[in-house]
Amino acid sequence: MPPLTRWFVKSSLIYLIAALIVGAVMALQGVLPLPAGLAALGPAYVHLFMVGWVSQLIFGVVYWMFPKYSRAKPRGSEGLGWATYGLLNAGLILRVVGEPLIALRPEAGLGWLLALAALCQWLGGLAFVLNTWGRVKEK
Amino acid sequence: MPRLSCWFIRAALIYLAAGFTFGALMLFNKGVPLTPALWRLLPAHMEFLLLGWTAQLAIGVAFWILPRFGSARGNEPAAWAAFALLNAGVLLAGIGPLLAAPPLFFALGRLAEVGSAVALAVHAWPRIKPPGA
Repeated sequence: MPPLTRWFVKSSLIYLIAALIVGAVMALQGVLPLPAGLAALGPAYVHLFMVGWVSQLIFGVVYWMFPKYSRAKPRGSEGLGWATYGLLNAGLILRVVGEPLIALRPEAGLGWLLALAALCQWLGGLAFVLNTWGRVKEK
Repeated sequence: MPRLSCWFIRAALIYLAAGFTFGALMLFNKGVPLTPALWRLLPAHMEFLLLGWTAQLAIGVAFWILPRFGSARGNEPAAWAAFALLNAGVLLAGIGPLLAAPPLFFALGRLAEVGSAVALAVHAWPRIKPPGA
């Protein structure tokens, strides 16, 4: 398993745990006297699960197991692969931190955090598509 | 990788790019408001990423790697039907609400998605077998 795949898969496991913790905390809201602001974690819960866990696990396994791009570059561009990892994770963390902060303190002028998160995740997704496209080929 | 898997996986990558683009626009708009109209992308964002990307990639890989019958992959027309129905369904159910199409488009999209799942099961069921069977 290549190093980048190990980073993707181990990170995805951490996001799975994080997503389920957030889900559990949100569920406890109906049982314990927790702050009402926790409802703002809904989008973070969904995206920790679907981007951090599901998509990131897929990205790691695809990078590892899809047909070779070429003999010289079996996994396509390693740089694009690492860019995917860095941008996706930077964007997701910015979102997960920024979204509740903005919900709790809308006057703080932190909207740029979400704009930056959006840009990072979008570029990360496009880098993955670009690097994977050439590896989808008939035998 | 067989031809049909290439079609499934390339379509999945296109939906990933489109779904991420829609999501990025909405998230940007949440932080730095541009126009409330961008929230209309939400149904397409979810449909494209859950079914167009995740489910379609899984189906494409399953067609490629599930056990075969010698060199044959069994009922291939059913798998092609799953591909056509899934993509028709995702487009109708995802883009219909975005374009304010009549609710019938959304319902037809969801029905096509059900049809794709049935076609997939018809194709894949016999391939889920012990080695050599």
